[in-house]
Amino acid sequence: MPTITNNGTESWRLRTSKEQWIRWVCWLIGITIIMYAWQMISEKTVWFFVTDAPNQAADIGARMVPPKWSYMDKLWKPVWDTINIATLGTVIAMVIAVPVAFATARNTTPNIVVRTIGLFIIVSSRSVNSLIWALILVFILGPGVLAGTIAIGLRSVGFCAKLIYESIEEIDHTQVEAIEATGASSSQKMLFGILPQVLPTIAGVGIYRWDINIRESTILGLVGAGGIGLQLNGSLNTLAWTQVSLILIVILVTVFISEWVSAKVRGAII
Amino acid sequence: MADSSGTDSYPSSWKKAPFIKNSFVRWLLIVGGAIYLAAALGTMNIDIERVKEGLPRAQRFLDSFFPPNFADNRGVLWEGIAESIWMAIISTVAGIALSIPVGLGAARNLAPAWVYLFCRGIIAASRTFPEIILAIFAVKLFGFGPFAGFVALALGTIGFYAKLLAEDIENSSASQAEAVKATGANWFQWVNYSIQPQVMPRMIGLSVYRLDINFRESAVVGIVGGGGIGATLNTSFSRYEFDTAAAILIIIILIVMAMEYTSSFMRKWVQ
Repeated sequence: MPTITNNGTESWRLRTSKEQWIRWVCWLIGITIIMYAWQMISEKTVWFFVTDAPNQAADIGARMVPPKWSYMDKLWKPVWDTINIATLGTVIAMVIAVPVAFATARNTTPNIVVRTIGLFIIVSSRSVNSLIWALILVFILGPGVLAGTIAIGLRSVGFCAKLIYESIEEIDHTQVEAIEATGASSSQKMLFGILPQVLPTIAGVGIYRWDINIRESTILGLVGAGGIGLQLNGSLNTLAWTQVSLILIVILVTVFISEWVSAKVRGAII
Repeated sequence: MADSSGTDSYPSSWKKAPFIKNSFVRWLLIVGGAIYLAAALGTMNIDIERVKEGLPRAQRFLDSFFPPNFADNRGVLWEGIAESIWMAIISTVAGIALSIPVGLGAARNLAPAWVYLFCRGIIAASRTFPEIILAIFAVKLFGFGPFAGFVALALGTIGFYAKLLAEDIENSSASQAEAVKATGANWFQWVNYSIQPQVMPRMIGLSVYRLDINFRESAVVGIVGGGGIGATLNTSFSRYEFDTAAAILIIIILIVMAMEYTSSFMRKWVQ
């Protein structure tokens, strides 16, 4: 127990002197890094624009009301596209992610080389944002919904595969052993011993990712990959602020509904 | 299990139990899914000709990615990466500082109903809009450059961090809170000595995780003018310098991998 001697009497304290010094040095390093980061950012900032921001905000805010409700007629198709991008993208992702997850999980991987490849697929898919995937795919496939769908799919593979392979590693081995004892082949072991245990996770992950993808697919239009982002970009570029506010409301409502659906379905599965 | 050999004889074969037990719901899902897929694919107007045309282009495109050019001809590559890192650090710190009051307010066991609803509203609004949309508006308000990216990422951090903080506080043990309250502690002492030690380990882990996310996101806020490596990446795409773009993507992947390992290591060490 750390104590301190003060005027000859020993009393309790929380930390020893050494611990206190270490904490002090860590705080010093942390705060130095933060101050330096702030310094670097503020050097590149035009402070006049920042101090002017409240005026700008008031100005834009005034231009955004009231939302142009009649524009809604032109938004139904983009909303439908946005939902399709998210849904089909999630389907693509799950079709790729499940085999990758089985190839990556420690207890089902055929060998270390396949596992490494699987991990590499997961990390590179997770590191590259869907907007960057879309940027690349628009170059290859042309602007449109297809590029957005594939971008969402490629981006989601890593997320889904990671969560699925972690749950494969955490399964109950006694069931697999029981199946093995009946003389099952390794594919039968996977189908009857492992898959039923992870099926709820797979379904849950798919729904969860679908919810995230709805959010992500609203912005893919910024680089030309279809969905409501296309309208948002157009309205922003033409300074049609009343249309922008309507689009933001539509995005808000879509995201709320998808979140509600996802929570309900996941509640029913798990 | 289904009996496939009649009612009076002993079952001789076994069928796997279906995942969805109610057969009506199962068929409804299958048929509904098929109709939806047909409708969705029907309206996607996939242009096969365009894809065929694009494939050789894709080949050329991917060829021009290799070999990645790390030479950094315009001297902006490392500057962009440094800017992204500073942006990620400062926006995480500011975002967490803003999240703590919001998170405390959004915990049902700490805050009165009207504070709770107000803070939950902030969280919902921040979670709904992707960082990119926040960044578009930040650029409109604060002008081009890393400051706009910093504001967007900090606001995005609130939705993530405050929500998880509030949930963690709601799940914390009530008996410890009661014990501290029984000593006559005021509200701040109560939160500091009974709630804070319970949620701290997980929150440190999450802040490292959020730093990781903010770095990744800083790579895209640049596309709409928010500074950082995303701006460099976007420029190199616009200038058709795909070898530089490839180098940037590889560097982003390497840094994210390094951060992911560090964050998982740190989370283990803290818990």
